[in-house]
Amino acid sequence: MPTSTGSDRTEDLAEAVREAAEARRPLAIKGLGSKAFYGRSIRGTELDVSGHAGVIDYEPSELVITARAGTPLADIEALLAERSQMLAFEPPDLGDGGSLGGMVASGLAGPRRPFAGAVRDFVLGVRVLDGRGQALRFGGTVFKNVAGFDAFRLMAGALGCLGVLLEVSLRVSPRPEHEVSLAFEEDWKASRARLAEIWGAPTPLSGAFHDGERLHLRFSGAETAVRRTAERLGGDPSPPSHWEDVRHMRLPIFRAPRLWRLSLPRTGEPAPLPGEQAIDWAGSQRWLSTAAPAETIRDAARAAGGHASLFCGAQPGEEVFEPLPAPLFALHRRVKRALDPAGVFNPGRMYEGL
Amino acid sequence: MLGVFDETLDAAFPVYDRESLIARLKAALPDDGLLAAPEALRVYECDGLAAYRAVPAFVALPRTSEEVRGVLLACRDLKVPVVARGAGTGLSGGALPFPGCVLLSLSRMDKILKLDPQARTARVQPGVRNLAISEAAEPHGLFYAPDPSSQAACSLGGNIAENAGGVHCLKYGLTVNNIAALEIVTLDGEVMELGGEALDTPGFDLMALMTGSEGLLGVVTEATVRLLPRPACAKALLAAFADVRHAGEAVARLIAAGIVPAGLEMMDQLAIQAAETYCQAGYPTDAKAILICELDGEQADIAHELLTVAAHFREAGAYDVRVSRDEAERLRFWAGRKAAFPAMGRLAPDYYCMDGTIPRGRLADVLEEIGRLSAEHHLPVANVFHAGDGNLHPLILYDAAREGQLERSEALGGAILELCVAAGGTITGEHGVGREKINQMCVQFSDAELAAFAALKAAFDPAGLLNPGKAVPTLARCAEFGAMHVHRGGLRFAHLDRL
Repeated sequence: MPTSTGSDRTEDLAEAVREAAEARRPLAIKGLGSKAFYGRSIRGTELDVSGHAGVIDYEPSELVITARAGTPLADIEALLAERSQMLAFEPPDLGDGGSLGGMVASGLAGPRRPFAGAVRDFVLGVRVLDGRGQALRFGGTVFKNVAGFDAFRLMAGALGCLGVLLEVSLRVSPRPEHEVSLAFEEDWKASRARLAEIWGAPTPLSGAFHDGERLHLRFSGAETAVRRTAERLGGDPSPPSHWEDVRHMRLPIFRAPRLWRLSLPRTGEPAPLPGEQAIDWAGSQRWLSTAAPAETIRDAARAAGGHASLFCGAQPGEEVFEPLPAPLFALHRRVKRALDPAGVFNPGRMYEGL
Repeated sequence: MLGVFDETLDAAFPVYDRESLIARLKAALPDDGLLAAPEALRVYECDGLAAYRAVPAFVALPRTSEEVRGVLLACRDLKVPVVARGAGTGLSGGALPFPGCVLLSLSRMDKILKLDPQARTARVQPGVRNLAISEAAEPHGLFYAPDPSSQAACSLGGNIAENAGGVHCLKYGLTVNNIAALEIVTLDGEVMELGGEALDTPGFDLMALMTGSEGLLGVVTEATVRLLPRPACAKALLAAFADVRHAGEAVARLIAAGIVPAGLEMMDQLAIQAAETYCQAGYPTDAKAILICELDGEQADIAHELLTVAAHFREAGAYDVRVSRDEAERLRFWAGRKAAFPAMGRLAPDYYCMDGTIPRGRLADVLEEIGRLSAEHHLPVANVFHAGDGNLHPLILYDAAREGQLERSEALGGAILELCVAAGGTITGEHGVGREKINQMCVQFSDAELAAFAALKAAFDPAGLLNPGKAVPTLARCAEFGAMHVHRGGLRFAHLDRL
């Protein structure tokens, strides 16, 4: 069984949570810190999970890997690559490399997301510390499992507000046999029409990104399906490395000091917004570098059937995520209280008062 | 006895004023929307798990979200337990009523509200049949992927409540992976939209939490499902093995080689013979196990992949491998598998269908152990299952009319579920816990984990009126179950290596 460096720090972490809960002292959970900018800024005693690391089990024929939350994502991906497997949702590496726990907590996914699924679709189970410092196991290591509420899926994208992730079991995927990348020099309007046509047929599309001047498409899967689709569509060859730049947010637009992320229905087209834009996920995810007021951007996203979040560059105290309707926010607070009664886990990181 | 609601083990059953409830329900529902006559109620006394039966106090048949809301508010105000029901095909007693409760049937909310081929989504009411969605999508070359074997009858609302799977979920995912949004009504009458047409929504992923929550958190009144383009071509391959262990090995080899089939099903000898007698699918009746593997995609790719699959199966020990020559033969390969359940009806008056999932690598070990347990309980077990994702459906054959057989089948079923947990799996892959597996939840989860589930339920339903006595056992029930449950001087299945 493969192991990577690291050790089991469950007891230390549990003790720290119990002490914090008793004193009602907020904790700021930290993995490798690569996404510290993401979400609202909070104050709290740092709870460093990075020492709680190591791959616990990896069985390629089961398509599942289980590792401690502090394990560097790069270690996991290297291990999977040795067996021609991968994380199909393509989590981004934002800088010096993140941890498994941070990946799940942020819920961020790369260009393959609309075609392969979100982080939550691949989380099979977690071991998590609740707000009383108890280690709880939700889900497991098998794909089909409906025993108990799916509290493990709830941890994906919860920004650490519901518990301290200790271990995560992920479903992994075989690497596609073939992959082809194409580029089309055209505006987004032309690309929209092209994508609408592709979308209706069973094509092996695995990436659709428009950088403002060009549409980049990626196709993955069995050889004939990929080759025939590419032949039919024409276009120019595009370097596969482009997708790494999209995935890990290394293109110039991602260096914007204040970057918005719009999450929209694929068929929804927002009113034009000022600033520089890149469009991923075939139109469902848009990155916008702009100094326009937050309300203008949120209104445009809402009108198109989606929502906007201030991915980076928020001022202290500024809301990052779309505000929730009052009944839904009240339910969020009750859900948080169910797992974190003393309110110690990352309070305010997602919303003020949560 | 699980068929009986037990106030000391499940929840205090509130006492309410019947006349006040009738008045409130009549106000909330149209004239034909409330059933109270005993003969009308009898229809709703059980779901697909017919061993447990009880007659509810009333059946409410709303047609709109607003009527659902009215029923739930009435029940909240008067403290009446509510059990939501879809088509009643569930196999774990999730829609089993208890005497005195209101059964909320969503069967009249059966409309497809909108089908958008451009967005590849459909907005539907919860009572719409699973297959009706794919039928409506067919003219656009689309389909709804989750296909539980009851898909001609089961409703989407029930599929969401159970997070239903089917034979194609290794490739296409479960219900949770194929829905985009839910409108729910809580017991407090709040109508909320969870999820949305964008690929993520702000806040916690409560849509994922609702999926598979078995009617304990809220009532789904509308859902947006994602549709997929139909694959160009599908072919099936049938492989026969002289040893179950070889078939298990073949499954592991295939997955490790990076092949994700659209479907991968296994049947053992008893199931093969029963199916063959029933519908003459052409199965090799001398085989100890068969695998049916389906691939879909471009014709040329499938032809190539089939060769690879056949080679892997032969290397693992298959002595006969056949590829479907045409669509008729592909359907014939599946006919036996699909008829496996009714075929069991010819072997015994009753059968009890189990639903554990195990890691694929443990298939052979677990099947051998099931064989041993079957002999120990003097009841035959046929195995039919989704081998690709390790989801077992052992079918225990019994005769309820014969003294002690029902009790023996329950005991054997419980032992099989605990075996799945010991092998690193779960007590239910796709049928849900419902009433049936409520005791085994105490085996799979610790008291602290069960308390967390109870707290999550209370966040949605503080009065505990939505489907009480199902899915999440009380700690009192687990204490009682633990005391009754003789662990034979130690851990059960201690001879199996734990993962």
